[in-house]
Amino acid sequence: MSAVLEQTQWVPFKQVLNSEGRVVDPDLMPSLSQDQVRELMKRMVTLRVLDQRAVRSTRQGRLGFYAPVAGQEASMIGSEYATRKEDFILPGYRDIPQCLYHGWPLEQWMLWSRGHQQGMEIPPEVNFLVPQIIIGAQYVQTSGMALAFKLRGEKRVAITYTGDGGTSQGDFYEGINFAGAFHLPAVFLVQNNQFAISVPVNLQTAAETLAQKAIAAGIPGIQVDGNDVLAVYAVTKQAVDRARNGDGPTLIETLTFRFGPHTMSGDDPTRYRSKELVNEWEQKDPLVRLRKFLTIQGLWSDEEEEQVMETVKAEFTEAMKKADSAPKMTVSSLIDSMFEQLPQALQRQRAEFARQEA
Amino acid sequence: MTQRTMIQAITNALDLELERDPDVLVFGEDVGKNGGVFRATDGLQDKHGQKRVFDTPLAESGILGLANGLALQGFRPVAEIQFFGFVFEAMDQLIGQAARMRYRSHGRFHVPLVVRSPFGGGVKTPEMHSDSLEGLFAQSPGLRVVIPSNPYDAKGLLISAIRNNDPVLFLEHMKLYRSMRMEVPDNAYTVTLDQAKVVREGKDMTVIAYGAMVYTALQAADEMAKTKGVQAEVIDLRSLSPIDTDTLVASIKKTHRAMVVQEAQRSAGVAAEVIAQINEHAIYYLEGPVLRITPPDTVYPFAMIEEEWIPDTARVVHGLEQTLSL
Repeated sequence: MSAVLEQTQWVPFKQVLNSEGRVVDPDLMPSLSQDQVRELMKRMVTLRVLDQRAVRSTRQGRLGFYAPVAGQEASMIGSEYATRKEDFILPGYRDIPQCLYHGWPLEQWMLWSRGHQQGMEIPPEVNFLVPQIIIGAQYVQTSGMALAFKLRGEKRVAITYTGDGGTSQGDFYEGINFAGAFHLPAVFLVQNNQFAISVPVNLQTAAETLAQKAIAAGIPGIQVDGNDVLAVYAVTKQAVDRARNGDGPTLIETLTFRFGPHTMSGDDPTRYRSKELVNEWEQKDPLVRLRKFLTIQGLWSDEEEEQVMETVKAEFTEAMKKADSAPKMTVSSLIDSMFEQLPQALQRQRAEFARQEA
Repeated sequence: MTQRTMIQAITNALDLELERDPDVLVFGEDVGKNGGVFRATDGLQDKHGQKRVFDTPLAESGILGLANGLALQGFRPVAEIQFFGFVFEAMDQLIGQAARMRYRSHGRFHVPLVVRSPFGGGVKTPEMHSDSLEGLFAQSPGLRVVIPSNPYDAKGLLISAIRNNDPVLFLEHMKLYRSMRMEVPDNAYTVTLDQAKVVREGKDMTVIAYGAMVYTALQAADEMAKTKGVQAEVIDLRSLSPIDTDTLVASIKKTHRAMVVQEAQRSAGVAAEVIAQINEHAIYYLEGPVLRITPPDTVYPFAMIEEEWIPDTARVVHGLEQTLSL
């Protein structure tokens, strides 16, 4: 995959930091304060610890569904950091971190992971949709969200995520095509982590890059080093600003890698990925890169990192307690959430379950 | 009051709701300048503007995905699927997404969406235009399915559907679009979404139908009255999900015999569900089994054979005779 890290003939490739943490493109360096860059580092460290805790909790049966995120921190954190709270995120099932930083209370995510209905009963001011299970379905919905913002004259942006496999879906193309045709304030992000469960990108498509699929929809496509949080932030910020200013949608491909399995439901990545490939990507660890960049400038220390780790561990434990105290779900409450006005037949079925539950 | 065909009643309903509520949007393939392939949206873009009534790219999943996104932001989209056979392309956005959003988020999100689509046989279409696919959707939790059989109901049900806060599939039988005119009030009115309607009173047996089959059932009932002196009660279901069991049971308590007529192929469909509900709620009032008159379990046929495939009056009369004799 290293070939695609070079400039392709189809779309620009962007990088701010190389894997040594040195600035290679000063023009793209985003105008973030030192504290903001340190905040990105804090978030990525938080996420790495959160991921370890989530993996462990899943094994212990204390969480349910979980798709590990280690390795993709820069793509997730950098892109979400470029949005505003009023912007609307349409995530895939792995995109939990963006939702958490967009306002999803940690304990509610835990409930969602366990399959508790209150998990997605998020506060009204929080703007993200239930993580999508059907690959690509969120892409077409993003155009609808963005059209809503455009029709109302709201300066808001709809941003959505999928993976490399998602770009093979018809919905992927329908989504970006609608956004292009209606000139919508939308950002479509593809986290190319090289494998759709077990199938590598070169079996998904003959396209040299996934970002070039934008060309067919008549919208800008751009490829970015997805393990370079500053580059992901810069490129997403440009796309979000373009959208907010009425200049239309953008497709962004971030080149990244998931270190862990597809999900915690029995996937064994050694069946489809070589040790060498994993080692190669570990050399490009997004945390290591930003840590080097900050350390060179004396803006980060081991003590600080230790402190961040302790904080997230405590938060995780606290959230788990809250999640544990959530009321047990009932079938009658499930029935209640099917319709605003419950049809008569469902009322009868509800009564049967309510009797048993009483 | 104005004499209106069903298609005119539908246009009128859309016009009034676009006027009444700025959140109502109408879109789909060819619905803008062209006014829809059946002219259901004729003149609406000129009157309400391109922001309210507009053409989309030719992609059904894209259309219903667009509708879902708009609905999640508080708009009330009325999306058209040009012919109902094309809905297969958009099954996920309708069943997998729209119908589940309220449940999925424990009420945090909901989708006030109406999907309108022409369907139904007897008009010599190419394949994938005429299929009666309502059973697939009636089986899907979280979705209401409505089929009007006349202009008055079409207008009132469509207005109810647009004002409802959950997704409603509104299916329009192509053969009924221009087959009749009736007095339709000019103002906006609603017909309750989940109520069946007795369209012919009778004491000897109950015939349950919907869509174009309501008229086949009515003709058969008239013939039975003429030739046998038997008075059949005919019920137009109007809502296929949910089914108005109370109206069916009330009728069967009176007639003690029942039969279902449907234009869709036979198995695992709306007729099967109606019969199951009659079993659950009215079996002790029945004097015989409940039959269903349907086409065979094939796909909707090519045009050359559709008249023979769709139940006609003679087959329904035969079914009624059987129902009486059992």
